[in-house]
Amino acid sequence: MSDIFQSPRGIFIAALFIALICTLIWATIYGRRLARTEVTDLVFGNPMKAMGGYHWVVSGVATVLLLWLYFSWDAARAFFPNAANELCQVAKVESAVIPMRSAFPFEERLLRGTNLLNRDSTQLEILRKRAQSDVFDDAKKAELGALVERLTVLQTTLATPESLSPDTKAALDDIAARIDAATAKLDAAELSSDALAAVKEAQETQAGWGAASPEVPDAPVTERGAIFASIAPELTQIADDYVAVRNTSPAFLAEVESLESAIKALGKEDKPVDDFRKQLNKMLKRIDDGAVFPPGALDSVEQSLANLHSVQLAQKGSLNWIDSLAMPGGKILSGNTACSEQGSGRWLPKPSDTVATFLRLADPDIGFKNIPLLSIKQKPVAEMAGFVIPDWIADFVPGEYPRHQADGTIGENLKSKVLNIATGNFPSFSVPVPTGHVWDSIMRVITGLFLGILFGVPLGLLMGLSRLAKGFFDPLIELYRPVPPLAWAPLILTIFGIQDDGKIFLLFMVAFAIMVISARTGATGTQLSKIHAAHSLGASRWQILRNVILPNSLPEILTGIRISIGVCWGTLVAAEMLAGTTGVGFVENVARKQSDYEIIWITIIILGLLGLMFDLIMRWVIDKTIPWRGKG
Amino acid sequence: MSDLIAEHIDMTFTMPSGEQVHALKDVSFTLKEGELLSVLGPSGCGKTTLLNLIAGFLRPTGGRLELNGAEVDGPGVERGMVFQQGALFEWLTVAENVDFGLRMKKSPKAENQRKVEEWLDIVGLQGFGDTPTYQLSGGMQQRVALARCLINDPDVILMDEPLGALDALTREKMQSLVLKIWKETGKTIMIITHSVEEALLLGERLFVMAPRPGRLHKEYNLPFAEWGLTQDLRDVKKHDEFSRVREEILGMIWNMEEEIMGKTA
Ligand SMILES: Nc1ncnc2c1ncn2[C@@H]1O[C@H](COP(=O)(O)OP(=O)(O)O)[C@@H](O)[C@H]1O
Ligand SMILES: [Mg+2]
Repeated sequence: MSDIFQSPRGIFIAALFIALICTLIWATIYGRRLARTEVTDLVFGNPMKAMGGYHWVVSGVATVLLLWLYFSWDAARAFFPNAANELCQVAKVESAVIPMRSAFPFEERLLRGTNLLNRDSTQLEILRKRAQSDVFDDAKKAELGALVERLTVLQTTLATPESLSPDTKAALDDIAARIDAATAKLDAAELSSDALAAVKEAQETQAGWGAASPEVPDAPVTERGAIFASIAPELTQIADDYVAVRNTSPAFLAEVESLESAIKALGKEDKPVDDFRKQLNKMLKRIDDGAVFPPGALDSVEQSLANLHSVQLAQKGSLNWIDSLAMPGGKILSGNTACSEQGSGRWLPKPSDTVATFLRLADPDIGFKNIPLLSIKQKPVAEMAGFVIPDWIADFVPGEYPRHQADGTIGENLKSKVLNIATGNFPSFSVPVPTGHVWDSIMRVITGLFLGILFGVPLGLLMGLSRLAKGFFDPLIELYRPVPPLAWAPLILTIFGIQDDGKIFLLFMVAFAIMVISARTGATGTQLSKIHAAHSLGASRWQILRNVILPNSLPEILTGIRISIGVCWGTLVAAEMLAGTTGVGFVENVARKQSDYEIIWITIIILGLLGLMFDLIMRWVIDKTIPWRGKG
Repeated sequence: MSDLIAEHIDMTFTMPSGEQVHALKDVSFTLKEGELLSVLGPSGCGKTTLLNLIAGFLRPTGGRLELNGAEVDGPGVERGMVFQQGALFEWLTVAENVDFGLRMKKSPKAENQRKVEEWLDIVGLQGFGDTPTYQLSGGMQQRVALARCLINDPDVILMDEPLGALDALTREKMQSLVLKIWKETGKTIMIITHSVEEALLLGERLFVMAPRPGRLHKEYNLPFAEWGLTQDLRDVKKHDEFSRVREEILGMIWNMEEEIMGKTA
């Protein structure tokens, strides 16, 4: 326990964890006390009772953070930084003995031999019945029946103690003895000087838990761990040897051989006989495995394994508690080359790692796939002008584009100069412009939304005022609007390209339909008396549209924009996952392919916060621009 | 010259289903400049339709309407409207509502502001110029609607149950205000109401309309509006003559209502 506070990050997380627990307890007690003083109102269902209560907000937030720290094992890592490494060593031992333990009713219900015998007997019974089927003539019935009987006898031989060969018995005894030796070593808890030196070395050179990949570095950094590690290779060898032990004797093998030729002699000519032959063959192969031993033959091995297990538990000591209490929802597993977290410790990233990864990604020089998340870049004005000004403007300038001359030079004229400006091909100063994945996503949404508003609102107003416009455009919009936007994505991205154009058009489609419908609802909802009043006050058609119908529709239009942003945001992220090379959705999709849970969670949080930001902005705009809403 | 003349007005609505509603039949009258006319009648007898025709929101299916010697064709600033619920533009402030008509005419800003102040003063809303209209009470909203209409200097003011949604006290104050404006501006005012008392108080002339089809049933010439200019309205109501005419008209309207019930039953 001397190494609890190994790193500053660990100290911080541990302190945070304790502070959160204290906060939770304080807020809960405070809330309870407040509830007890609230005796004046005896009525159940009074909505006033849902107001206020900021201490409950505090306990809610503290609970979420605590759960996150707890289930991501960040708290465990802060308090017990070596636990994962030690559990990794234990896992090495556990995975080494699994091939042996799984043959016995430790974690299983039945002894493996019992299980196999049970299964084979059922199969033999089926074959016995099938041998008497009427597709065979009487002679064949007798022959096949006899073969099934011989197989049954052969199978029974395996369970007979007398037929256990001395060699097999010796091999099993040897295995039990070797397990006992390893157990004794574990029990003695002694390390060679080499092993001790290796532990020292690992303490100094090996990165800590989660500091680098693999997540749990597997060289033991404690003596307790090193003891487990030291017996793991030997146990792996023992397990290999155990699996190779078969209950065979010369007499058994001879009978197998004889049966093999007898079955082969059945021939392949007759279809039903051939089918039966194949099944007999399969049965013979199973019995030939020799995986069934006489009762009691394996008792010594079983006993040794049980002993090993209890010594293991004793040696783990406090690790047992850390494993089950501090690291819930999963465990440390040992693989071929390294150890890894499984369960919530794996897919729920640790808050401290998440922040660290976020800070790394947020560094504009690193970013994700060479593109920063969000940063400022110097961009020449010419490039932006070239993007905005359509190239075909130059085509309308009188004259012809210059052609190259005999000496290979190309002259300039007004037409080519205009083209240069339209394509952004001119020297200019640079201005700072935001760039990055986050910015790209935001710009796509805003551009799509802007175009949707630009075209959708006028059309919607027109449809709210004109029977012709409504009738004409309604089928068009109602034809594409009910289709989920993502169903359009493959088509749109094919037509307009997987870069910005396709995504912006997709978002435009989404926003356009919503804006048309909301502007139409707004225009339709204008009170006739207001329009009458405006007419009597001398307003022209255009003035009525601009000064009465538009402001009257503003609440619906703004609500439409708010809905559009939400839907566009969702659609965009999915579209970015489908195709493209930038954007938050792209980042998440790549992280998904690499199973990088930290980045996945970071993108989820970024998307959530941006969505929330959009909504808050819209709510603010709505409060500021239409305070009269619902009060007309 | 600036008389309002209605000659044999006929109005038949044709519903989308083809069904026809005969809303007005053969309505003729002449309203001289500066006259105060109130129109009374049971619900559905075509009062609003008549007003909408004069305002130019509807075109009659028969007869003709003339103001200042010219045929009424479409809405115009010379015919101002005041509606029951004010029909204010709730996204504008009081002042912006009042100068709406002037802004539509693009008249100079400074002059607009002066006029707005003047009219807010007349209707008793000094200092409320920057208040959003949705924060005003019903009575104050009607004052804004009056000012918004009057600032355009219309020849005829058409009011469709302007005080119908107000409580009794506010209503009485507003009735005085209407009389005051009538006296001070000398405008032609046509006011529709479903309250007999109000019709008597706010009408030099009073039309009682009958339903199915809507038509002028009876006309009265009354002194009460003139009295109301100098006396307290409550004293006017206490007069025997006032009670007598009120009972007579009430009886008339009761009969009409009963007739409708009898017809539908
Ligand atoms: N636009 C319209 N279309 C069809 N019928 C209408 C229309 N406007 C009014 N009407 C009918 O004309 C009659 C008179 O209506 P209205 O002038 O509103 O009566 P009032 O104002 O006296 O209550 C009613 O029967 C009404 O249903
Ligand atoms: Mg009406």
